[in-house]
Amino acid sequence: MADTLTLRNHDVEARIFTGRVMILWLVLGLAMFVLVLRLYQLQVLEYARHVARSEQNRIEVQPLAPTRGQVFDRHGRLIAGNLPVFSLTVVRERVEDLDATLALLAELVGLTPEEIETFRKRARERRRPFEPVPLRLRLEEDEIARVAVNRHRLPGVEVEAQMIRFYPQGELLAHALGSVRRITPEDLQRLDPVEYSATRFIGRLGVEKYYEAALHGHVGHERVETDARGRIMRVLDRTPPVSGSNVTLHLDLDLQRAAVAALDGRRGAIVAIEPESGGILAMVSNPGYDPNLFIGGIDTETYAGLRDDPDMPLFNRALRGQYAPGSTFKPFVALAALANGETDWSRTINDPGYYQLPNDSRRYRDWSWRPGGGGQGIVHLRKAIYRSSNTYFFDLATRLGVDRIVEFTRPFGFGDHLEIDVPDAANGLMPDRQWKRRVRGEPWYPGDNLNLGIGQGDMLVTPLQLATAVSILANRGARVRPRMILASDAPLPELETAPLPPIELAEPANFELMVDAMEDVVHRGNQVYGENGTAWAYVGRDIAYRMAGKSGTAQVVEIPQGVKLDPEEVEERRREHAWFVAFAPADAPKIAVAVLVENGGGGSSTAAPVAKSVLDAWLLPGIDEDAQQLVTN
Amino acid sequence: MAQRDFVRRMPDANTTFERRQALLWRLHIDLPLLVLVVLTCGYGLVVLYSAVDGNVDRFVSQLYRLGAALLVMLCAAQIDPMTLRRWASLIYGAGIVLLVIVLLAGTSAKGAQRWIDLPGLPRFQPSEMMKLAVPMMTAAFFAERSVPPKTSAVFVALALIGLPAVLIAAQPDLGTAILVAGSGLAVLLLSGVRWSLVAAGLMACAAALPGLWYVMKDYQRQRVLTLFDPESDPLGAGWNIIQSKIAIGSGGVFGKGLFQGTQSHLDFLPESHTDFIIAVMGEELGLLGILVLLSLYFLIVTRGLFIATQGQDAFARMLAGGLTLTFFTYLFVNIAMVAGLLPVVGVPLPLVSYGGTSALTLMAGFGILMAVGTHRRLLRA
Repeated sequence: MADTLTLRNHDVEARIFTGRVMILWLVLGLAMFVLVLRLYQLQVLEYARHVARSEQNRIEVQPLAPTRGQVFDRHGRLIAGNLPVFSLTVVRERVEDLDATLALLAELVGLTPEEIETFRKRARERRRPFEPVPLRLRLEEDEIARVAVNRHRLPGVEVEAQMIRFYPQGELLAHALGSVRRITPEDLQRLDPVEYSATRFIGRLGVEKYYEAALHGHVGHERVETDARGRIMRVLDRTPPVSGSNVTLHLDLDLQRAAVAALDGRRGAIVAIEPESGGILAMVSNPGYDPNLFIGGIDTETYAGLRDDPDMPLFNRALRGQYAPGSTFKPFVALAALANGETDWSRTINDPGYYQLPNDSRRYRDWSWRPGGGGQGIVHLRKAIYRSSNTYFFDLATRLGVDRIVEFTRPFGFGDHLEIDVPDAANGLMPDRQWKRRVRGEPWYPGDNLNLGIGQGDMLVTPLQLATAVSILANRGARVRPRMILASDAPLPELETAPLPPIELAEPANFELMVDAMEDVVHRGNQVYGENGTAWAYVGRDIAYRMAGKSGTAQVVEIPQGVKLDPEEVEERRREHAWFVAFAPADAPKIAVAVLVENGGGGSSTAAPVAKSVLDAWLLPGIDEDAQQLVTN
Repeated sequence: MAQRDFVRRMPDANTTFERRQALLWRLHIDLPLLVLVVLTCGYGLVVLYSAVDGNVDRFVSQLYRLGAALLVMLCAAQIDPMTLRRWASLIYGAGIVLLVIVLLAGTSAKGAQRWIDLPGLPRFQPSEMMKLAVPMMTAAFFAERSVPPKTSAVFVALALIGLPAVLIAAQPDLGTAILVAGSGLAVLLLSGVRWSLVAAGLMACAAALPGLWYVMKDYQRQRVLTLFDPESDPLGAGWNIIQSKIAIGSGGVFGKGLFQGTQSHLDFLPESHTDFIIAVMGEELGLLGILVLLSLYFLIVTRGLFIATQGQDAFARMLAGGLTLTFFTYLFVNIAMVAGLLPVVGVPLPLVSYGGTSALTLMAGFGILMAVGTHRRLLRA
C-alpha cells in the first residue's frame, strides 16, 4: 500500500512535524528543569557545605615557628644561639614525579644517596598533609642560586629559611648544656600538636631538655590564601610567634675551658659548684662531642664512630658516670661518727696496717699494708683524714653500722638527687640492709660495713653528687641544690626554690675541724715520713690560698662488655679511678669541685692537680685573664 | 488585506518598519535569533573575561573569533536550504573520508587524533564539520521519503549516523561523537518515525548500556566511576568534578561577585575558561547568573524550533530542528557534566567557552537556521 502511494501530503507532514517539535520542546524544557533542580541542590540546599569546602581549599593556616630562647653563660656570653640557614624542603603532595625531581636535585646540589634515603624515610613518616619534608638542612649560596634558577622544573621544592640551633662552643659544653635534636614521630605523640606544629627541634639533653617549655616559646600562625598548587597568594591575618625565653646559666666559659684543659685529654669528669648558691660553674665530661653534629642530621658513619668509641664520648660521666667514691667518702663517715658520739678528735687507734673483725681471721688491709710490716701507727681522726687511714675508718664503720652511716650521709645527697634542673642525672647508690636483701638476697654482713666506711663495695656516686656533697660540707652543713640556671627573662619556678633544711651537728665546731683536717690533706707538708697530707706533694707546695680537699680511689668494677681493647689498654683500664674533691678558700669557700679521672690511679697524684687547676682558674685573677686571652685569640 | 489598510493609514511609521523588515529579510537575518545569540555571546564574554583572569589578549582573541563566527553565520544564512540539500551527500561523504584520514594520519593533541594539518591552511577538525553534515545528510535522506519512514529506512539512517560517530569516538573524542550522533538522532526523531520504533530504540539502548561498559576504555570507565564517587580519588580523577561542584555550590544564589571567585582565580577549578566555565559563572554570579544564561539558551532553542516549524520543506524543517537539538545537547551535556550529573566528556559550553572551533560550527548552524527561516519563496506569493 505504501509502495503505491507516492504522493506526499505536505500539510500533514508539516503538522506531524509541528506536533513532534511541540513534544520535543516540552522534553527540552523538562531537561532544563532537571538542570535547574541540580543547580538548586548545589547552590541552595548544599550551599553551606560547598562554601566551607571552598574556604578550606583556599585558606590554609600556617604555623609560624617561634625562635628558640638563647642560652648565655654567667657573663652573658652566648653558648646556645640560633643561626639562619636555608634548607631544601619538598612538599610531597605538590611533586608530580618524585624520582625525577630527586634526580634533578641530586644534579643541582649534589645529594648523596644517603640523603635521599633519609628523605624517603622522613617522607614516609606521614605528618600533616602539605607539610614540607626536609631534604637538606644547609644550602650553600650557590646551591640556592641553582635551585632558584631551576624553580620552574621543581614544583613542590622549596628553599626555606629557618633558624636552627647553633652551639658556638661546640664540644666544650656538649655535656654541660645538652642539645636539641630533630623531632621524631614518637615525640609528636606526646607533644602538643599545636605548639609544635612548626617546630623542627626539641631539647634532647641537659638544659635544652629541662627548660624546653621556656626555651621553645609559643607558636604563631598566619592564615594565608593559597592557590591550587599551594602557593601563597596573600596573608589574611597573622598572629606572630612568641620567642622562647632566654636563659642565663651559672656556667662560666673560662672555668669550663680551664677544667677541660686541666684534664689534658684524659677520660674523666669535673663538676664545679658555687657552694653558696649551688650554681654549677663548670661541668665537664671528657671526651665530649660536637653537639652541632646532631642538628644537621648526623651521618651514620660519624654516629657509629662516636657510639662505638671505647672512650664513650657520648656518655655524660659527670651526670651518669657512677663510681665508688672511695676515700672521698671518709669525711662524711667521720662526721657521722662525730655526730653519733662514736669518736672524737682525740681518740686514737693503733694501725698495724690491717683491721680484723671480732671472731674473724680475715685481715682488711690499709693501703699502707706491706708484707711483714706497714701500718700507720697511732692514728687519730685528723690523721685518718689527711693520711686517709682505712684502718681507722674500718673501726669507725664497725662502730657506726650501716644504718647510722646511711641516715647521716643521705642528706648530703648520696643515693639521692638534690639537683634542680639537671635532667637524666643518675642517682648513684647508697646501699643499706633493705637494698642488699632486695637486690642480692643476702643479709648485711659486718664486712659490708667496712667497705662502706671507705666508700668502696656497692656504693656508687656520680661526680655531680660528690660535688654537691662537698659543697654542703664547704657550707658547714647548709644544704644547697645544684642548679644550672642563674637568671631568665621568664619567671621560672626553678629560680625560686625553697632552701633545704641544713645538716646540724650537736657540736657545730666539728665542721670547722673537719675542714681543718681536709686542709691538712693539701697543706700539711715538710713533715717526717708518713705525716704529710696525701696531696701535699702534688698540689700543696705552691699554693696561694687555703684549699680543703680529699683524695679517693674507686675500684674498677668491670670493663663494659663489647668494648674492644688491646691487652695494654685492658691493663690501663683496670687501674683504679682517681678522685679528688676540694673547695677553696677553706674559710669562705667560693668554689667546690669534684674531679674524676678514669683509670687515673692515685687520687692525690692524678686528680688533685686537676682540681687545683680548676680552683686556680676560679680564684686567681691572673690565670683568669690568661684564659680570657686564650678566648680572644 | 488588513495590514495594507493599516499601512495606508499610518504611512510614515510603517514604511520604516516595512523597509527594515524587508532589509533583514533580504539579508536572510532572523532578528530574534541574532539578538539572542549576540546577547548570549556578550554575557559569556563577561564571564570569560573573569575566567581568563583579565587576560586582555585572550579576551580580545575570543572577541575576534566570535566576530568571525558571526560573519560565518551571516554567510551561511545566505545559502538556500535547497542548495544544502543537494550538497548534503557530498559534504557527508567528504567528511567520512576526512575522518578516516584523521585516524590514519591526523595530528595528535592531548592523546587524541582530531586534527588535519595541511600546509598553508588553518588546522582543520573534520569531526566538527560532521556536526553539521550528519543532520544535513539525515534530513536529506528522510526528505526523500514519505512520512512515517519505513523501518528499513530508519536502519539505513542509523547507519549513516553511526558511521561518523564511531569514527569520531575512535579518535577518541567521545564528547563530539555524542554530539554528532545526537544531531543525527534528533533529525531521525523529527522525521516522523513511529513512536513504537522510538520506544523500541530507547529500550534497546537501555538494554545495551551494560554492554557499553565492556567496550569503554579504562579512562572512560574511570570517568563513569568518578561521577558516582568523586571522593574516591579526590586529587586525581575526582579533582575536576569535586572542584567544579564546590565552585558552583559556593556561589549560592547571588554568587561571590564577578572576579571574586576563589575556586577559579586560585586555580582550584581546572579548565575554568573552557569546558568548566559554567562553574565560574555559578561561583561568581550564583544561581541567578546561571538562570539568566539558561533562559537565553531556552529562548534560542524555542526560536530555533519555531523556525523549524516554519521551514519550507521537510528537509529544511528537519535540518533546522536537528541543529537546534544539537545546540541543546551541547549545553545540556556541558552543564550536566560540570554539575556532576554526567561523566566528564569534552564538550564546551556553547557560545561561552573559550575556543573558536565549536563557536564556528554553532554559528554556521545558526546561519542555516536563519536560512531556513528566511528562504521561503512560497510564502511571499
